[in-house]
Amino acid sequence: MDGLSILPIDVVSGVIWLWIALGLLGLALQRAPHLICRIIFPVGAGISLLLTLTALWALGTVPDIAVLPLGLPDLPLHLRLDALSAFFLILLGAASFGISLYAAGYFKTMQGGVLGLLCLEYYLFLSSMALVLLADDAYMFMVAWETMALSSYFMVTTDHAIPDIRRAGFLYLLIAHIGAMAILLSFGVMQAGHGIGAYTFDAMRGVHLPAVWSSIAFLLALFGFGAKAGMLPMHVWLPEAHPAAPSPVSALMSGVMLKMAIYGILRVTFDLLGTQLWWWGVLALGLGLFTAIFGVMFAAVQGDMKRLLAYSSIENIGLMLAGIGLTLIFHVYGKQMLAALALTATLYHSLNHACFKSLLFIGTGSILHATGERNMGRLGGLIHQMPRTSVLMLVGVLAIAGMPPFNGFVSEWLLLQAFLLSPGLPDSYINMLVPVAAAVIALAAALAAYVMVKFYGVIFLGQRREAGLQHAHDAGRWEIAGMAWLAMLCVVLGLAPVFVVGQIDHVSQLLLNTRLGNASADWMFLAPVDTERASYGPVYFLLALLGVTGLTTLLVRRLYHGRLRRGPAWDCGFPAQNARMQDTAEGFGQPIRRIFEPFFLIEREVPSPFDTHPKYYGRSEDRLWFILYLPLKQATEKLSSWISLLQHGRIHLYLTYTFVTLVVLLIFV
Amino acid sequence: MNNPHLILAVLFQLTQLLLVVLAAPMLTGWVNQCQAWLQNRSGAGLLQPYRVLNKLFHKDAVIADNASWLFRITPYIVFACMWLAAAIIPILAVDLPFSQAADVIALVGVFALARMFIALAAMDIGTSFGSMGARREMLVSFLAEPALLMVFFTASMISHSTQLPGIVEALAHHQFVLYPSLAFAGLAFVIVLLAENARIPVDNPSTHLELTMIHEAMILEYSARHLALIEWASSLKLFAYISIGIALFLPYGIAEMGNWAGLPAAIVLLVGKLALAGAALALLETVSAKMRIFRAPEFLGTAFLLAVLGLLIHFLLGA
Repeated sequence: MDGLSILPIDVVSGVIWLWIALGLLGLALQRAPHLICRIIFPVGAGISLLLTLTALWALGTVPDIAVLPLGLPDLPLHLRLDALSAFFLILLGAASFGISLYAAGYFKTMQGGVLGLLCLEYYLFLSSMALVLLADDAYMFMVAWETMALSSYFMVTTDHAIPDIRRAGFLYLLIAHIGAMAILLSFGVMQAGHGIGAYTFDAMRGVHLPAVWSSIAFLLALFGFGAKAGMLPMHVWLPEAHPAAPSPVSALMSGVMLKMAIYGILRVTFDLLGTQLWWWGVLALGLGLFTAIFGVMFAAVQGDMKRLLAYSSIENIGLMLAGIGLTLIFHVYGKQMLAALALTATLYHSLNHACFKSLLFIGTGSILHATGERNMGRLGGLIHQMPRTSVLMLVGVLAIAGMPPFNGFVSEWLLLQAFLLSPGLPDSYINMLVPVAAAVIALAAALAAYVMVKFYGVIFLGQRREAGLQHAHDAGRWEIAGMAWLAMLCVVLGLAPVFVVGQIDHVSQLLLNTRLGNASADWMFLAPVDTERASYGPVYFLLALLGVTGLTTLLVRRLYHGRLRRGPAWDCGFPAQNARMQDTAEGFGQPIRRIFEPFFLIEREVPSPFDTHPKYYGRSEDRLWFILYLPLKQATEKLSSWISLLQHGRIHLYLTYTFVTLVVLLIFV
Repeated sequence: MNNPHLILAVLFQLTQLLLVVLAAPMLTGWVNQCQAWLQNRSGAGLLQPYRVLNKLFHKDAVIADNASWLFRITPYIVFACMWLAAAIIPILAVDLPFSQAADVIALVGVFALARMFIALAAMDIGTSFGSMGARREMLVSFLAEPALLMVFFTASMISHSTQLPGIVEALAHHQFVLYPSLAFAGLAFVIVLLAENARIPVDNPSTHLELTMIHEAMILEYSARHLALIEWASSLKLFAYISIGIALFLPYGIAEMGNWAGLPAAIVLLVGKLALAGAALALLETVSAKMRIFRAPEFLGTAFLLAVLGLLIHFLLGA
């Protein structure tokens, strides 16, 4: 290697420095907010694109390692860029490119001082996420992880004048730190008491832990990263914090930051820990399935569009966790090919979720700007006012609902294939668990379609529920550009699965030492194991669908006619129709609330038919909050009140404590 | 696969594409005719659906003032989805090149895509009936869709393939061996078929202006060619579902790979099977009553559990 050649890791480090510089520049430019929007965010988007391309280049090359002369005395900062980091860097770059473009338009109206700070936090957030992915020692990782949590906390509390938002931010910070402590402890277990030098990931890879300690490390990591990902039962912060943030930030948090937790679980489980046990997989699979069903059920009953999306993120994280669990099970039983298939499905879904969830979140930002309303019960009919946004959002909605030929379908297809190929595991109990798990995944996917019909139908379709909505305007150029990029990714990732799977193979090679490959000779067909078993050709599928649709249109017009008249809506001839007679978000979710009633804590106030001023009120709360969190909070308060018995704030008392301790120690030693 | 064979297969695929779209309304007509006979009426004959379609295509379309582009493209998309779905199910022969592009999971995806569009279009006008229909349709489908998927999974576990031709070929070879898992799957499939095709006891295809309607509530605002396409799509959907049933549970007599000589016999056999299935459907509808909407989830939940049970039995017994 000569000194002049540039390695991918140098470019990625450069990207991180550039981002930090941009953030500082934004802070300096706070008197010129239009410059921040016109220059800083588009330039940042360009850097994201550079990051994506570099990471794509790095994916197929050997891991790069760099050591920075910074950090603790015996522990300089270690960086490493391998296939797993590169894959998640692609995800980070691709999603943040769209979101930064969008931010250039979205923050236009924001006041300068706030925007300057936000710009700094935004770029610190992006660079800390890149650093999390590059970190190759526990110290570096934790610093980056905490920077990520803190910078996002400050962005969540941008509107800190609102008490609810402060509360949401506090909850987020609290759970983030409980999670971070668990991660730190997990690293502590993995370095196995070998001194500070052993905190590098390289040293951890070399340590062979006994099964008990490996399990403890895994459980701590699953808990810690799960808290960040919104895994049950550490999910409560997610539906509070994600909606509270400005929309581009929500998009980054839901679309990208949650994946950092997925990255962490994969890194610890498959890379740092030398051995895996089968029950880890069962645990992850079970937790994932619960999380998925829980998330989608609660998404179905939400009335606030951003909360709905936040719950849907919980669902998707559940699917990814289930994928990780399945990978673990197959890996432990030596079915490497199937493990690679499940891992591919998991990573593919991470990438997909980053695209469509970011798209939907920034879309809600445009709706919020256009109408000032987050409550779906006051929206409706926006397809007429916001035509461009509505088309792009339709792509996102179809993709997240797992409709072919969009990207959500591909990862779902791969995951289901992994389940279908599972027979032949030596343990018959696990063998029976697999079909049940497949059924739960199918149920979650079908419910996701329900949720998305509700989301799109209530917001964009129907009559306007409020008169003010007719003045809503479509999103601006930058906003549309950001959404269009993400929508394009949803389509491209759906149409070129063979290419994406080929790239993910580098990660499978690294973690599982297996490549999934493609059994079909034709690049148009995705055939993970064997063409006889299963294949999917999204391009042919799309062409056939478009061809048949076009042919039908042509034939109908040719053989008959295309005459069209408009008139008032028919609605079975009922004369008095108004916008209030449509389903609200509440109404659309009602069947789900009724079917899954035991899961919700429902508070309702229903008026009698004779009320002259009828008032309706309904809330579906999370039981876990009352069963788990409030008792925990009370126990903590009680504990701290006992501790406060020792504290009186008088110096002589504290000196007495010191003296007594000293005497006691002297007696014992 | 050599080239002349591929061309032949593509030709066959196109023939099936054409055949199903033309034959599907006849099946609907047959079911209606059987129902009429069971109710001691003379009935309108097998060709009635074609006359209705022709009438509707001639009319001028009227759409609501606030209908958007989504409302206008939906009939075409729904029709195309159902047409494709019906065309990729092997009913006459297993040589269908397009089935490589879409396996059973994609088939369920096609049905879901059509459903999603029709539910969205139903909400587009913003009438009370429209959104009610959309909500109920999604309610029925979120249980029916996973049940259907589980039925397919049972079949593909047995045949080690998710490709429809592979499944059918494997099942057709194991002649007259009763799979216990498939028996459960078959029961679940019948329930799904009834629910997804808006049949009694879940929905009633021949009512309007009832608070119980599901499918009809969604398409209330459609008229003329749009309505014709949706009705035709419904016929195609019924045809597709019955074809799936035949392919999974009664595949015997299908022309196997490369066996073009067996085609005429296969056609005769297929017509017989379709007629039998249509008559059975009519009978089932005549003897059962429509259930309350909130009983429907229980009914479909049964289907879902039966399908999962079938899958579990396959794992337990290996059959």
